[in-house]
Amino acid sequence: MTTPATTLPQHLLSAGDLSREGALLILDTAEELARVADRPIKKLPTLRGRTVVNLFFEDSTRTRTSFEVAAKRLSADVINFSAKGSSVSKGESLKDTALTLEAMGADAVVCRHGASGAPHRLANWIRGSVVNAGDGTHEHPTQALLDAYTMRNRLGRIEQLRVAIVGDVLHSRVARSNVLLLSTLGAEVTVVAPPTLLPVGVEHWPCAVSYDLDGVLPKSDVVMMLRVQRERMYGGFFPTTREYSRRYGLDARRMATLPDDAIVMHPGPMNRGVEIAAEVADSVRSTIVEQVANGVSVRMAVLYLLLGGAYPDEIARSAHDFAGASVA
Amino acid sequence: MPDWIIRGARLLGANPTDLFIVGGELVDSAPIGAQVLDADGLIALPGLVDLHTHLREPGREDAETVETGTLAAALGGFTAVHAMANTEPVADVAGVVEQVWRLGVEAGHCDVHPVGAVTVGLRGEQLAELGAMADSAARVRVFSDDGHCVHDPLLMRRALEYVKAFDGVVAQHAQDPRLTEGAQMNEGAQSARLGLAGWPAVAEEAVIARDCLLAAHVGSRVHFCHVSTAGSVEIVRWAKRKGWNVTAEVTPHHLLLSDDVVASYDPVFKVNPPLRSSEDVEALRDALADGTIDAVATDHAPHALEDKETEWAAAAFGMTGLETALSVVAAAMVETGRLDWSGVADRMSVRPARIGRLTAQGQPLLPGAPANLVLVDPSARVVVDPSTSASRSRNTPYAGRELPARVVATFLRGRPTVLDGKPA
Amino acid sequence: MSVHPPARPPQRPVTGDPAAARTVLDAADVGRALTRIAHEIVERNHGAGDVVILGIPTRGVSLAQRIGARVSAIEADGAGGDASPGLPIGSVDVTMYRDDLRLRGVRALESTDIPADGIDGKVVVLVDDVLFSGRTVRAALDALSDLGRPRAVQLAVLVDRGHRELPIRADYVGKNIPTSLTETVHVLLDETDGRDAVLLGPADLERRDAR
Repeated sequence: MTTPATTLPQHLLSAGDLSREGALLILDTAEELARVADRPIKKLPTLRGRTVVNLFFEDSTRTRTSFEVAAKRLSADVINFSAKGSSVSKGESLKDTALTLEAMGADAVVCRHGASGAPHRLANWIRGSVVNAGDGTHEHPTQALLDAYTMRNRLGRIEQLRVAIVGDVLHSRVARSNVLLLSTLGAEVTVVAPPTLLPVGVEHWPCAVSYDLDGVLPKSDVVMMLRVQRERMYGGFFPTTREYSRRYGLDARRMATLPDDAIVMHPGPMNRGVEIAAEVADSVRSTIVEQVANGVSVRMAVLYLLLGGAYPDEIARSAHDFAGASVA
Repeated sequence: MPDWIIRGARLLGANPTDLFIVGGELVDSAPIGAQVLDADGLIALPGLVDLHTHLREPGREDAETVETGTLAAALGGFTAVHAMANTEPVADVAGVVEQVWRLGVEAGHCDVHPVGAVTVGLRGEQLAELGAMADSAARVRVFSDDGHCVHDPLLMRRALEYVKAFDGVVAQHAQDPRLTEGAQMNEGAQSARLGLAGWPAVAEEAVIARDCLLAAHVGSRVHFCHVSTAGSVEIVRWAKRKGWNVTAEVTPHHLLLSDDVVASYDPVFKVNPPLRSSEDVEALRDALADGTIDAVATDHAPHALEDKETEWAAAAFGMTGLETALSVVAAAMVETGRLDWSGVADRMSVRPARIGRLTAQGQPLLPGAPANLVLVDPSARVVVDPSTSASRSRNTPYAGRELPARVVATFLRGRPTVLDGKPA
Repeated sequence: MSVHPPARPPQRPVTGDPAAARTVLDAADVGRALTRIAHEIVERNHGAGDVVILGIPTRGVSLAQRIGARVSAIEADGAGGDASPGLPIGSVDVTMYRDDLRLRGVRALESTDIPADGIDGKVVVLVDDVLFSGRTVRAALDALSDLGRPRAVQLAVLVDRGHRELPIRADYVGKNIPTSLTETVHVLLDETDGRDAVLLGPADLERRDAR
């Protein structure tokens, strides 16, 4: 029998680890929890006594704050462990950090790291749940979840939605997570980029590939613009930001070729003028602001579903005392 | 030194026979008062020769020393190892290679043949004193900048020419530095999924193609370290068909593991060259079977715990391999029917000895030959336990895995270095 | 090599086989009980002007709808046939406020739907199918206190089976059914189970307490 407890894995490391049921469970739970933001008392007692550690090896005030608000709204204790500067280069290794967190009794560790796979290693060394808040160029599962939530909220569905993901797919963890999650949820995804910014092996991904933004836009319900770093110019990925913008930037002219109800998304932070024009970012089609609010609800859902029940060892101990519970 | 009678060993997997050791050599009649070793069911091979090992001394004795590394080698059935030059200081002068050679003699577990660096400090700018190293007590014949590629084509040409004077060989670590900047794993479907910077096969193949042509042009021989892709195999095959003096080695791990295992992000699988696709593994097995690849060389690369127990991008490249090499080859090649024990002897002893110009190694086990041999139990199965390794380091990719075949005894010039699977 | 515990095992609520249970209330009985409760609510509160009816999911929500419809009908009759303004009916999910969350794997959330005018200063009538230990109602009270400040909170249940563990009592009871801890009560409703009935049968696992 599947229950919420068995629908989700212990750790949220990759969007690819979520089944369709698991992903929908998170989105439905987030929808319910979103209402907490409208109440005078924006708090639920559910994770009282649980400790959530924000382990951020990379600066990200936005994501860290989002997780912090989410944890606090569920009454969890939050510890912010900014390991920037105390990472491997300074001698305290990822493993030592993990052992410290174990000693702190962390029930969940929200980990952002510059190296792909760092949360996977962490999961080997701690008892609690690891939530990947972005690892290198690998994945950012809660971003994909809040993006899916936003799409469903605005457009009423995800199944068969035509989604275009545009930009530096090669280096984007947001792209990877979104391609996996959206295809699990039944959307039709197309990635659009210059050939240099697509990974070798993208042909095996559950999405279509195009080099032609103008051809894809009129057939898209959702356009997700990825941030493009100017420094990529020096790796030979594109000659100049001007040429990149001209061929792959979403400006007002291109926005007008979108279907009437299409929305424009961006995980942030934006490079206004490079991948997205200011008037597009500020238009009514843009979901950029609500993505932030949705992030809190989605992260509340993830934390609740991972920490809101018993751990297996707690279940084993309590099984002696009684024969399970039912509503009464 | 006591004499030995080895009873009932299957020479290269053939019918059981007796071997007699007197004065460090094989003789044709049983000596009186000799020690007897019952080799019933065991296979006798010439002592294994490793063309590619990192003993880390001088400089990184926390990871391995000549003493611990050669003991690991003996336990793996090796009677000779070539110690790569990327030590601290680099083995680019006679003094350092002689030091390493002497440490090997003192340890006494197996012969150590130091490899000399091709360029000063492995920096790829200026030739090292190759002649001095050749003339030294270490009698260096194999030269390599392993760890780095000799990527300047002119410098590689000069090195290939220069070593002809003393029958030396340049062993190239084929890796175009520009195509592999920041690379972490094989470039392919896995690297795209895992978000790790890709290491394209062409970075190895392009260098191999270039150096085959260069060696042919200047009439020199060239050897390629740790060949890892199907494309590299095809290029070597093509060069040999043209009659060029090209040799190649493959590591045990590239015969057994593909890049699927990297999905765990466990840096024990991080290695240079990276683990490749399963198609590449198949091509390497075929090439070792048909002799396109001449030798198995371990590229034993011990690393301290803190260099491996970390996130992938920060971890060092390399796996240990001396103690498991024969078992891995048995699993990948013998159990799959691609190579018999005679073939194993050829690829792990005869040809590597020839490439290294070691006249006392890789000889047929006949009277008059030096008694460098290994006795193997082909039916044993062992679960790999890194905590019992003789190597100072624990970074083996086979932890917990069951592998076939076990080295029972190793003899170095008639003296046992390993008996009953343990140091003698 | 991971040192983690295996995937969480499923936990099931204590149930019994409905086929082995006997019917204590049939469909008609259920309907009559709800009608009586609706009358009592109107009588006790001198009309339904300030009343908000909130069901506790899952079956409490259906019962709340039915009671609410009956109350509206009674009010309309009493006002000489004029339709009363819509009686606020909603739901309050107690999952996040339960005191036994850590005893089982995590539970899916149900819906909390508070009518537009809120609950401040209103008389909230909570509706649930079975009153047993009282812990669910305690959780509902905690949920309500985070949602507003009602003037009063009253409790309506279809079945009271005894074995209270907290000082909680129902204001409106469909039927009192004394039970032992080796028994279990099945409430079936048309909206969720295809028919209306209350059954009493053996529990398949002995409870030590009324959780």
